[in-house]
Amino acid sequence: MEIKADTTVCIGAGMCALTAPQLFDQSEDEGTVLVLQREVPPELEDTVRRAVTLCPSGAISAT
Amino acid sequence: MSDLTLPMVRRRPLDPPDELGELRRQAPVHRLTFADGHLGWLVTGYAAARAVLADPRFSNRPERMHPPIPGRMELARREGFRLPPGMFLRTDPPEHTRYRRLLTGQFTVRRMKALEPRIAEITEEHLDAMEAAGPPADLVEAFALPIPSLVICELLGVPYEDRARFQEDARILFNLETKAEDALAAVGSTMAYLSDLIGRKRDKPDDDLLSGLVEGGELTDEELTGVGFLLLLAGHETTANMLGLGTYALLTNPAQLAALRDDPSIAETAVEELLRYLTIIHLGPVRSAVEDVEIEGVLIRAGETVALSLPAANRDPERFPGGDTLDVTRPATGHLTFGHGIHQCLGQQLARAEMRIAYPALLRRLPGLRLAVTPEEVPMRSDMSIYGVHRLPVTW
Ligand code: SF4
Repeated sequence: MEIKADTTVCIGAGMCALTAPQLFDQSEDEGTVLVLQREVPPELEDTVRRAVTLCPSGAISAT
Repeated sequence: MSDLTLPMVRRRPLDPPDELGELRRQAPVHRLTFADGHLGWLVTGYAAARAVLADPRFSNRPERMHPPIPGRMELARREGFRLPPGMFLRTDPPEHTRYRRLLTGQFTVRRMKALEPRIAEITEEHLDAMEAAGPPADLVEAFALPIPSLVICELLGVPYEDRARFQEDARILFNLETKAEDALAAVGSTMAYLSDLIGRKRDKPDDDLLSGLVEGGELTDEELTGVGFLLLLAGHETTANMLGLGTYALLTNPAQLAALRDDPSIAETAVEELLRYLTIIHLGPVRSAVEDVEIEGVLIRAGETVALSLPAANRDPERFPGGDTLDVTRPATGHLTFGHGIHQCLGQQLARAEMRIAYPALLRRLPGLRLAVTPEEVPMRSDMSIYGVHRLPVTW
């Protein structure tokens, strides 16, 4: 599973960083999503799916 | 024509009006007659509410909306009234995007974590003062209101001594019965105060959010005033009511209170559940369709206003089975209390941090905390757009 993020859509709500801090952070200045690691380790797949559904702006996806 | 007007009467203080649950059982979207006669829609289902909030074909601009109940939003529809620039909550992209971008960096999960020690300190100071004064106390005045108020003032760089002024304005603005003229006056008074404050920050910047925005140079003073207004009011009324009403909910559900008191490690889950169960956004949000949109098989036509009942949506059993009971161990993430879509609450991570610290601290310091009156005697904020308790007399 691989993470894709679109910072032009992201509104910096931080649900991703809250849900999966191992894989997401937010930029210092704009607060938009930073993907720390694109490849999702198998044990985190469910967490990432949850982060994707929780994201209010539809900025992140995982396939 | 629909006979349905927005149900507002709560039979039990912690539950949304029964009619809303009944409507949700029938269908997630209903015809609703608005205060001015407009025939629009009421959404009570979780999936439908989430879909509306996430859909860019719905506008959040006030001049497009019809008021769901009398008295509200007259202002916005009155000819010639213009929202002050910077009040970006009621804007659409691309305007919204620009403002939001300037602020999101200030409210990241990481920044809010860094604030935690200061929030903990403020919380302990208020508990010290409560203990020193001895029981009884009004928990709203001694704890629930001052903690978020102090935190947002420090964060923005608003002198806390000035709070009496904008707390009163906030009370007027959030009161459902406030007349348009009075609301306008309250907006004007807080705006004048903030405009003066912004001027002072321009002369002598400090290490706070408003100074940072002033120095960033992207916003005019007028815009800064609007942004400051929004953040200051939102920071005041929301978390304060969550702390007040949340404590009331725990005190009237002793097993839930005991679960959180005895295991503070569940604080995060408990906070999410309290947010979901209480859904203090009593009225609204409201959106207006700019194109025809189909939501859960219902065609909403361009120009129609949609009122969303978040309290009903957050109790939807399809999303939260058994949602009418408070269960602090339930994984309640995904609730709509902070909204959804591009307007999802900017301050949500701050609110979470405040609650995650304040509830356990309160229960740890005052383990014998209980109501000083009967539950029925606690005055509920049924008359305010943000629900909660007006006062919470407690003893310990
Ligand atoms: S949850 Fe979505 S909107 Fe929020 S910071 Fe992450 S990617 Fe951006």
